[in-house]
Amino acid sequence: MTADYHDIPGTTVFDAEQSRLGYPINTFCMSLMTAENRAAFKSDEAGYLKAFGLSPAQTKVVLERDWNGMIAEGGNIYFTAKLAATDGLSFQQIAAKMSGVSQPEYAAMMLAGGRPIEGNRSKGEG
Amino acid sequence: MAHIVAGVTTSHVPAIGAALDGGKAAEPYWAPVFAGYEASKAWIAALKPDVVILVYNDHASAFSLDMIPTFAIGCAAEFPPADEGWGPRPVPVVKGHPKLAWHIAQSVILDEFDLTIVNKMAVDHGLTVPLSLMFGQPDAWPCPVIPLAVNVVQYPPPTGARCYKLGQAIRRAVESYDEPLKVVIFGTGGMSHQLQGPRAGLINSVFDRAFLDALVADPANLALKPHIEYLREAGSEGIELVMWLVMRGALNAEVREVHRFYHVPASNTAVGHIILENAA
Repeated sequence: MTADYHDIPGTTVFDAEQSRLGYPINTFCMSLMTAENRAAFKSDEAGYLKAFGLSPAQTKVVLERDWNGMIAEGGNIYFTAKLAATDGLSFQQIAAKMSGVSQPEYAAMMLAGGRPIEGNRSKGEG
Repeated sequence: MAHIVAGVTTSHVPAIGAALDGGKAAEPYWAPVFAGYEASKAWIAALKPDVVILVYNDHASAFSLDMIPTFAIGCAAEFPPADEGWGPRPVPVVKGHPKLAWHIAQSVILDEFDLTIVNKMAVDHGLTVPLSLMFGQPDAWPCPVIPLAVNVVQYPPPTGARCYKLGQAIRRAVESYDEPLKVVIFGTGGMSHQLQGPRAGLINSVFDRAFLDALVADPANLALKPHIEYLREAGSEGIELVMWLVMRGALNAEVREVHRFYHVPASNTAVGHIILENAA
């Protein structure tokens, strides 16, 4: 299915298609809401993931902490942020990783008013 | 009868809560954010609401993908702060108002808004950061709070028009409650921000300022804004702004703007805040 929002650059809307795809990743991330599970995951990441039915591609992006890859595989940012928190990373730190810059560069962009809308409205705009 | 006397909108950025909890509120980065709420704290301390209805979204804390209610009302006696991955915020337990919450649920369901009724729910930064911004760091929150959770995580969220009409229905519900309560409604989230993907960090202050103006003066038209405009112009997470329209729908067409604050950035987000009173 195509949708009007597919034209927005650098953006994956968490729609029905993404949600169906990403249920295992997001359910895994949800499990990290307790300190006990966070510790269990950290002690054996691959083993811990086996209970959640992730595909091999999904397992790979989680283990590699490929934050954009997780979004592409159906992860939702509010869920993957729980994995980030487990790693001791803030929203801003993973936002920097997803936009391909260092955290200081990203923070400087935000202090300067954020990523501008000009040039970022649509893929056609370039 | 009960009355909704005022509405408050505010962003609910988690880093604001973390800054406050971590004793960083006076640091140069955060001081301007908290300064924008000084007048607000004085205003609400003087107003002394009996109940706050707090419209917010859960960020995969109480609701996962297992259940995704579009609108849910918290009818419990209390709501503990959620562990969002780094332990619960050190803030007071949120006391509810079960009697009014149930009354609102019954009233709006018969008014054709099919709310999900929640009797057990942890509340995350979406609810507790606005309380911190408005009430500071008390040992107990000064009044009961009725959480009203709106799904904005799974696309599509309810339309702006639906949110606006829900606000109108909540007002009718409150005004049919037979105790003389002074109610303030909060609409939270936003403003422009995007947390994911290569476009993360998007801020659109032109959009945000126009949104604030329209929220005050032309809300019925603002409610017609299609989702694609929020996603494109305000970022994928900027669509949280539909929740502000629930607040606005619960107020008079004519309102008095008491306070407005806009600041970029708080972490990844544009902070917007406005206080509206029903014009006499």
